[in-house]
Amino acid sequence: MIQLPEGRRPPLSPQLALRVAMFGGFALMMFAIIFFRLWYLQVLSGDQYLAQASINRVRDISIPAQRGEMVDRSGTPLVESRQASAVQLAPPDLPKDPTARAAEFARLAGVLGMPTKTAVCRVGPQTLFVSPIDCAVRKQQYLLPYANVTLKTDVPPDVHYYLAERADQFPGVSEPQIYVRSYPFHDLAAQLFGTVGPISPAELKQARYKGVPPSGIVGQTGIEQSYDHYLRGSDGAERVQVDALGQFKGYLARSAPIPGHTLKLSLDLGLQKAGQAAVQDAINNNPPADSGAFVALDPRNGEVLAMGSNPSFDPNIFAKPLSNAAYAALNNPSRNFPLVNRAMGSPYPTGSTFKVITATAALQSGTITPSTVIDDPGKITVSGQTFQDSGGAGAGAVSLVDAIRVSSDVFFYTLGAQMNSAKPKGGPLQYWANQYGIGRPTGIDISGEFNGILPSPAWRAMRNREELACEHRHHDTIPCGFSDLRPWSIGDNIQLATGQGDLEATPLQMAVVYSSVENGGTIVRPHVGLQVQDDNGNVLQNIDPPPQRHIGADQTNLQAIRDGLRAAASQPGGTSADVFAGFPEPVYGKTGTAQHANAADQSWYVCYVPDPKRPIVVAVTIFQGGFGAMAAAPAAREILSQWFFGNRGKFLAGSSKTR
Amino acid sequence: MSVTSLQPAEEQAGPRPRAFPLFDPLLALAALGLVACSLVTLHGATRNSIPGQPLYYVERQGIYVALGIVVAFVLSRFDYSRLREYKFGLYALLVASNLLVLAMASATRGSRRWITLPFFQVQPSEFGKVLLITALAGFVVDRSRRLHEWNTTARIMLLALGPAALVIVQPDLGTGLVFVAVAFTLLFVAGTSWKQLTALVAMFAASIAIVLAAAPAVGVHVLKPYQVQRLTGFLSPSHDVRNQTYQITQSIVAIGSGQKTGRGTANASQTRLHFLPESQTDFVFAVVGETYGFVGAALVLSLYALLIWRGLRILTMSKNLYGALIAGGILSMLMFQVFVNVGMTVGIMPITGVPLPLMSYGGSSVLVTFIALGLLQSIYLQARIATAGKARTLLS
Repeated sequence: MIQLPEGRRPPLSPQLALRVAMFGGFALMMFAIIFFRLWYLQVLSGDQYLAQASINRVRDISIPAQRGEMVDRSGTPLVESRQASAVQLAPPDLPKDPTARAAEFARLAGVLGMPTKTAVCRVGPQTLFVSPIDCAVRKQQYLLPYANVTLKTDVPPDVHYYLAERADQFPGVSEPQIYVRSYPFHDLAAQLFGTVGPISPAELKQARYKGVPPSGIVGQTGIEQSYDHYLRGSDGAERVQVDALGQFKGYLARSAPIPGHTLKLSLDLGLQKAGQAAVQDAINNNPPADSGAFVALDPRNGEVLAMGSNPSFDPNIFAKPLSNAAYAALNNPSRNFPLVNRAMGSPYPTGSTFKVITATAALQSGTITPSTVIDDPGKITVSGQTFQDSGGAGAGAVSLVDAIRVSSDVFFYTLGAQMNSAKPKGGPLQYWANQYGIGRPTGIDISGEFNGILPSPAWRAMRNREELACEHRHHDTIPCGFSDLRPWSIGDNIQLATGQGDLEATPLQMAVVYSSVENGGTIVRPHVGLQVQDDNGNVLQNIDPPPQRHIGADQTNLQAIRDGLRAAASQPGGTSADVFAGFPEPVYGKTGTAQHANAADQSWYVCYVPDPKRPIVVAVTIFQGGFGAMAAAPAAREILSQWFFGNRGKFLAGSSKTR
Repeated sequence: MSVTSLQPAEEQAGPRPRAFPLFDPLLALAALGLVACSLVTLHGATRNSIPGQPLYYVERQGIYVALGIVVAFVLSRFDYSRLREYKFGLYALLVASNLLVLAMASATRGSRRWITLPFFQVQPSEFGKVLLITALAGFVVDRSRRLHEWNTTARIMLLALGPAALVIVQPDLGTGLVFVAVAFTLLFVAGTSWKQLTALVAMFAASIAIVLAAAPAVGVHVLKPYQVQRLTGFLSPSHDVRNQTYQITQSIVAIGSGQKTGRGTANASQTRLHFLPESQTDFVFAVVGETYGFVGAALVLSLYALLIWRGLRILTMSKNLYGALIAGGILSMLMFQVFVNVGMTVGIMPITGVPLPLMSYGGSSVLVTFIALGLLQSIYLQARIATAGKARTLLS
């Protein structure tokens, strides 16, 4: 091989040498830039791009879990889960061309029987004028941009097959199998179970919904919401690999859905049916009665044996997306608000059923003893204001037991006057009412209970302040209706003593009060959940919340009240004695007749049977039902009859005209 | 030291000493290394592209490479200097072939880059690159004594801009820009004054500004909208994920996900699931980056660096100006394609659609690159012969 001496190379002109050096330098610089860029992309940020590449190719498809059943205390299913075909739209797979998209929406609307007429559609701050399907897509994209839009949750099989066979004509349409709720007993306890629905963006962030996918279905109201954690189960997922065109390339992983647990409720199916039927009997027999509610509790532990509100509705309609018209009908005043659970969501004045509380306060505060006699001439005048007995007929000189038996108003007016106090929190009456739970939550395991109102000087002052502030905001032109700006007076306490005036309480609160009388002063925490069970019926968890508190009343005082309640339901002259005439079980009960300014009287009855094995407390109220003995007490009798003898018996109206 | 060793060679080979290698072995090594990388990468990227034919692309690329090696070997044995005599013919071929493409395209209303032969689709713009280098270098040598004149610079640039325009309307913007870069490099290597080179750069910058900004503003669209979008898209890659810049985004994700040592052929999801566009041609470097990581990408870049270093060395060795200019033109062509293509895949250069020499799948590109390498080897061999001849003259 030839080796040329260095000196013999052809001479390189200095100019060319410089330019070649620049050429090489330029190349070096470019290589350096590219190397640094590669270092940055691959070594410094590689993790991030690897993650991005994974997101590119992986799609997670959620497999909905079967939601747990709700069964009554003997195991009969009250709420089930049924498999159904849903129709969903995946917005990214819809045609991009607006005309093609509108055409697909129109075809789909035809198949699904949805309207195609354009209508007003509010999406966030925008107001559009588009077809209902388009509107649904836009709304979903505004709320949760990557979730599918569910158009129908329960389509008939023929529609399902029609769409499945023509997938190419309906790009972006999928028909996942989902579970919908079904209610075999239709309007039974409809207001208790509540509803399920897609998880909201706000809920997604909450710890209690941890692990729920963005398209997940969770309990929104009622028991479905309170026990969602147990009922929900956990959705399965199929992780599939897709290519750049979104085409399926294979399964990567699959996790099976875990069905939700079964929730055993404390409700007794027979009692629940009887209760709703009894309330309906009471409404039918007492025009212009239009609505009512009842609660049956176990006074030992607060288990809700039955709770209902009439009118009711069939929650099966919520399994499918509800049309606006149907929803409006449910909320129409003429239908009497069937969605409202009046047993715990509607506070009312309680009438004479409140006298139990007044009696406790008077005895405990030493205002009276069980043997104190007060004359009831039929009316009483305090501070120039006259308060009359119902019908104006006096009961004569009565002690506590008789006063409860005949429901003497003057007796309790007198106690109200004697226990009045101008202190902000009021006197013994307010203290004991508060102890019994008036004006505060019972702590039931269903959301949506109302606290009601326990009137006191402080409460009245607060309402007056609100009224003044409101009137000021409206330039003192109109009264706002918070209050009449009157200061607290002794008359307020007299009204409260008989469950009138500003007092408001729910049937559930009154049932808790009477439970406490029955069980010696324990304020139970009412609950409808009893047990969480797995698929095989094994108990996973017992639901047995501890009592809220003990009121701390003397047993002798409570016994005097019990004697009064027993006499009222059994002795001659007792307000509900004729209703319970011949009833084999010892009933302790009090009628109530609450007056309303612009509606007929509201009928109340709260009672208990201290059966050693199956004690029960029942509270019934019939709005515009008239006297307590005429509507509520007969309904309560039917409920008790069902509980002890397995049949409701007849509707047996009483004749007592006392409030 | 080598005087004694010369003697036997002269005795054995007669009038011409033939003991030195016939080609630059390092240059050949770099080229073969890149070809090997190309075949391995293509195999991984395309084995599932055509069902039942896992080797479809590899076989074809192998044939092109084999053909290219033969052509390069034959060319390296010719004296490139004789090409100067055919400079008009070469230039005419350049213009005619690209005009033919345009004419055939207007007849078929189809794609305009290829001429279909019985066994082969020829892409005249690719071959135009070496035609332009050899022809234009000849013109520059002709005027080498008048290089300081503006007239020379203008003529040379216009001789390049004409074919470049023909190529750009095909439309093949990338190759058109290669033509411009080649012409500039020829002037640079030949020794055109700094003043004139600076003026050329300024004019180029101004014309870019006019084409991309000023002309559209007054309603004249020199480039097609997608070309403008490609050229400017890399400045904001995540602006519109579903469009031209989608390609850049996917390419960056592919390269980045390769990390240090790559994901391997089986796991390279960006390539395998076709998120990466044009994975066997324009974006083949992204496949290397994803599959073999920083190590693989660095190996490929190192081979290019070796190639360019050897090219520069050959440039300095050349026995005459014509050889130095051809070497400079070829280097300019290779560097432009490597930097623009790789720069595109890593997101620092616009999308111009130039193939990566020897790596991208494609017969025309592979063949043209081997022709260019054959020319470089010819320059090397002629330089060796000339210096050997001088040495002998000196010795005798």
